Amino acid sequence: MERKQEVLDNSPASLGKRLFVVDSDLCVGCQCCMFACSRRYGEAGLSKSAIHVRSVGGVERGFAVIVCRGCEDPPCAKVCPTDALEKRAKRGGVILNPDKCIGCRNCIEACTIGAIFWDEEANKPTICVHCGLCVGFCPYHVLELRGVLKGQQ
Amino acid sequence: MIDEDPLSRVLHVDLSRRRFWIADRRKLFERFLGGTGVAINLLNEECPKNADPLSPENPIVFAVGPLTGVFPIASKTVAMFKSPHIGYLGESHAGGRSAISIRMAGYGAIVVKGASSTPIYLVVQRDGVRFRDASALWGMTSVTSGRAIRDKEPSAGNRTIMRIGRAGERLVSYACVVTETYRHFGRLGLGAVFGSKKLKAVMIAGKRSLKVKDMIQYRKVYNEIFESLVKSPAMKKYHELGTAMNVHSLNELGALPTRNLEKAKFEWAENISGERFAEKHLGRRIACAHCPVSCIHLAAFREPYEHEKYFYKSRAICYDYEPIYALGSMIGISSSERCLGLLEEVESLGLDAISAGVALAWATEAQQRGLINDDETTGLRLTWGNYDSYLKALRLLVDQPNEFYKALAKGVDHASSIYGGADFALAFGGNEMPGYHTGPAAYAGYMTGMRHSHLDSAGYSLDQKSHASGEKPNPDEVANALLSEESWRQILSSLVICYFGREVYSPEKVAETLKVVGYEFTCEDLFKVGREILKTKRDFKTREGFHHRRLRIPRKIIETVTPIGKISEDFISNVVQSYYAKTEP
Repeated sequence: MERKQEVLDNSPASLGKRLFVVDSDLCVGCQCCMFACSRRYGEAGLSKSAIHVRSVGGVERGFAVIVCRGCEDPPCAKVCPTDALEKRAKRGGVILNPDKCIGCRNCIEACTIGAIFWDEEANKPTICVHCGLCVGFCPYHVLELRGVLKGQQ
Repeated sequence: MIDEDPLSRVLHVDLSRRRFWIADRRKLFERFLGGTGVAINLLNEECPKNADPLSPENPIVFAVGPLTGVFPIASKTVAMFKSPHIGYLGESHAGGRSAISIRMAGYGAIVVKGASSTPIYLVVQRDGVRFRDASALWGMTSVTSGRAIRDKEPSAGNRTIMRIGRAGERLVSYACVVTETYRHFGRLGLGAVFGSKKLKAVMIAGKRSLKVKDMIQYRKVYNEIFESLVKSPAMKKYHELGTAMNVHSLNELGALPTRNLEKAKFEWAENISGERFAEKHLGRRIACAHCPVSCIHLAAFREPYEHEKYFYKSRAICYDYEPIYALGSMIGISSSERCLGLLEEVESLGLDAISAGVALAWATEAQQRGLINDDETTGLRLTWGNYDSYLKALRLLVDQPNEFYKALAKGVDHASSIYGGADFALAFGGNEMPGYHTGPAAYAGYMTGMRHSHLDSAGYSLDQKSHASGEKPNPDEVANALLSEESWRQILSSLVICYFGREVYSPEKVAETLKVVGYEFTCEDLFKVGREILKTKRDFKTREGFHHRRLRIPRKIIETVTPIGKISEDFISNVVQSYYAKTEP
């Protein structure tokens, strides 16, 4: 398994690694991934989280784990009037340049799966950078950082 | 505490005038941390002496702590109020998303006073409170009203919806408040206090960041705690079969109260054991916010409609040890399906499962002994294991069509004071007993504990140790052990750390986590504050007229032998005396 991953990463068609929601039915709704994501900034709490867990209409029905899928051709970047969302060179998905961002929220509207969140304190979007920190804080293996090939999202 | 920490903000809500304001109580949170420690002080300030618990002047206090949203499993909310059930201190803890939501909305505590003239619900966010009409929700089950608010209001995933069912509206003195459908402020009647204020629900939502003192240290301590929580065998226990695993072990031990404690062994225990529930019904396990353990067990329960072929309803019903004991062995219910049926009814009505089960058990014995007649039960025949009668009786004690059900809706102490049968009215300090007939320490714990709960000082665990070792501590030693456990638990509940994680959060570990959020407390300081909080609670009870000499020991617990032998009434009385002597001012 490990080795296969490596080959994939070095392949010329590789988009690098991205975060996958392996099976949201395994999710217990503890939101430890959300807290982990916020800790990237050395802060506690939730406002910096780029991943979101909510129930699917009541906790008895289970949970939706919402996070950026690293689109190859991301709609959020297309609608950004200031080009603050730049497509990542190798991988799918986008990187936010906060200096350019004017906080217009177009990107939120454009994301079909609702995976762009809003940091009210900074008035900027928070979008997953696929670093995988959250994976280590999900005891039920809902999340995984996996390599992807072009056209194989 | 850290300068920018919003924990010190206390949100005050006046339901009568529909006003709110925010007070900064930094000193209070610096001295008493949060949770229980802060809540008892706010209750002292806000609750006038001799207040009627169901009057507008009784405050509801919710409090969380500095570790909430910062470290895992500091996810409980402490509710304090004057209890309509026992008349003194009302304190109840619940998890779900309640604590995280309060913290993320930017408050350390919320105080609700006054009463509305029409049904309302509150929406609490960072910028304050919205008062919303709840006329259309009045009379709804806790489940349906939760669903309605969930659809109507924003912030899915970042909110808590605390609400009552009809039991709270009808002022049953042991009505609970349900949060996130499956967690409860169960004991001592918070639901009735909500009902008396015409408060159907409180939704709290928010999302914010919190500063820490030292980022590197924060990550280090966090990772250690997270890892011990995930790996600890105790946590595995709560995660796998959950608390329901106790059914089998307590029955084997001979400590599972059965048919109003006629016995302490239930011949059908295997049918309602954690193993059986897992095998037949377990549908999903879920967790409170910021807790990797996921101890909440939901049964996927399929039932056919009687009059329609191939028509089924499938529901999720939450189960745990205490509700299974109270609505299972205690009333002779011998199948998991029937037990789930009663659990669901109690959930929808919004009753405390333990008090409701013990009330049914008392009523059954009282009817058997001829203390109450068929007219009084409106024709119902309460017999052990009689599911249909129990289901109806639960609805009747909420509807309260006559004097008997009105009395039963106030608990077994009250009902037996009218109809007799105090010897088998199994309540301690007015609160119906939890499911541990382990020995004298458990009972002494129910009596001395400030909220008359098995969770105050875990006396059952002392009995089990004594059973395993064969050593019999004397009353003074038992009193010491109960007092020291209860004192330490004041710190855990001031930091709103779930008691399930008490082994991970040792005093040293607690001090370490507190440093990260800017509190410099040594272990000694913590013990001292714990004792002080306990004393404040005791003083509140004394102020409201509580006296330990008036505590009652129902004869039934003496008659039924425990795993460590017959209980002596004197032994328990001596523990109680000794405990109170040690806490004298």
